[in-house]
Amino acid sequence: MNLTLRIWRQRDAAGPGAMTTYEVTGISEDMSFLEMLDHLNEELILAGDDPVAFDHDCREGICGACGMVINGRAHGPERTTTCQLHMRHFRDGETIDVEPWRAAAFPVVKDLVVDRSAFDRVIASGGYVSAPTGSAPEAHATPVPKPVADLAFEHAECIGCGACVAACPNGSAMLFTAAKVVHLNVLPQGAPERASRVLGMVDAMDAQSFGGCTNTGECATACPKGIPLTAISTMNREYLRATVKGGVRRGT
Amino acid sequence: MGTRPSVGGMALATRTDRPPSLIRSAWRSTVGKKAVMAATGLVMLAYLVAHMMGNLKVFFGAGEFNHYGHWIRTIGEPFLHREWFLWTARVALSASVVLHGVAAYQLSRRDLAARPAKYAHRPRRKSYATRTMRWGGVILALFVVWHILDLTTLDVNPNAQEGRPYENLVASFDRWYVSAFYIAAMLALGLHIRHGFWSAAQTLGAGSPRRDRALKTVANALAALLTCGFIAVPLGVLTGVVS
Repeated sequence: MNLTLRIWRQRDAAGPGAMTTYEVTGISEDMSFLEMLDHLNEELILAGDDPVAFDHDCREGICGACGMVINGRAHGPERTTTCQLHMRHFRDGETIDVEPWRAAAFPVVKDLVVDRSAFDRVIASGGYVSAPTGSAPEAHATPVPKPVADLAFEHAECIGCGACVAACPNGSAMLFTAAKVVHLNVLPQGAPERASRVLGMVDAMDAQSFGGCTNTGECATACPKGIPLTAISTMNREYLRATVKGGVRRGT
Repeated sequence: MGTRPSVGGMALATRTDRPPSLIRSAWRSTVGKKAVMAATGLVMLAYLVAHMMGNLKVFFGAGEFNHYGHWIRTIGEPFLHREWFLWTARVALSASVVLHGVAAYQLSRRDLAARPAKYAHRPRRKSYATRTMRWGGVILALFVVWHILDLTTLDVNPNAQEGRPYENLVASFDRWYVSAFYIAAMLALGLHIRHGFWSAAQTLGAGSPRRDRALKTVANALAALLTCGFIAVPLGVLTGVVS
């Protein structure tokens, strides 16, 4: 396959950036999108140019490190992560636009790499269970009904890649935050901190530069893990419940 | 937190601080502000259903319509004084409009700031109803101002006879451009409700996979019913059914 790539190049966080055009040839349709970029980078390095910076780690679709907006869609045309997107989903001779996640809360570090530590600050405000962790407890010590376990797992699938924020016209982190809140709040292990968790995480989310939710559903469409849009409604319910009950924020 | 060593002879660390006010902390969060928008939107929606049903009385003649208009002023008598109910409703609706608008303005500013750089490759557009919420809302607010000046205060009404709502209504809608503006505003209202009702349900936490289809159906039905019901009146005047 021969392709024309228009990639966002930005030297550093401060610098201006621009879409830059590259021609790549000899791309196999079995390559992943990242392997295609590796191929481009090898050519750039040999030519003495600066390779395109992008985040990646496991390349198995489970770590959440990779992510770029391909032809206007987070992670490209398929419901998967960029590392699991294969070039067979593109046509020979196609022009492909590659851009970083765009959100005030995710500043560009370089090229396609953005700083997603805003997500870490949301997690740090309640996306965990306060319990002594030693050896693993006996699995049946805390019974969890199967539907509840399934619901929790469905939301636990979130890998924190940020595609929801990138796809949202408001740069909102509601789907990410909701996935974490629902995952823990439906489980008995998460119940003691049910109120403080949702209040703390929504506060932390609002303290970043994320926008609010207008229920456009773009996030759930873009999510490579299929986190359902109803997660947001469930988090809203948890938030309102905690507020009405006068729930106390952690550390107050 | 855990226990802290007591300082200065303070006894137990079990003091209960007064938590920050519910309303203040909710209004400060995006989720709480959206809940205010949803609740005020539902108040206005409930009013519109009653308003639309009352409007349809216009098809039963001047006597019945004007009698209905008079009755609105006497609701609750003799327990309530004349027009007390009316003014209570007006205050509640005005408060809803203001809260809805202020929340929308503040949230929209935040939303726009959260996406400072646009994508070079524009993503697919979302549904028409969803992306016209902001400007549609502004158009509806301007429409309400004109609508009150036309048929409540009668400042811009060509007939302007107090106590004769039927004659005022017919005189106003007899001008084709007034009817056209009214119909356009009602189409905007339908779109606003189509996304707004479903969105309000999500915001208030009523959304679930099982209820989703029902909520969308109710949203579409309410939008269609209100738009058709309201539009029927100017169409009736323009076609001479109401005169």
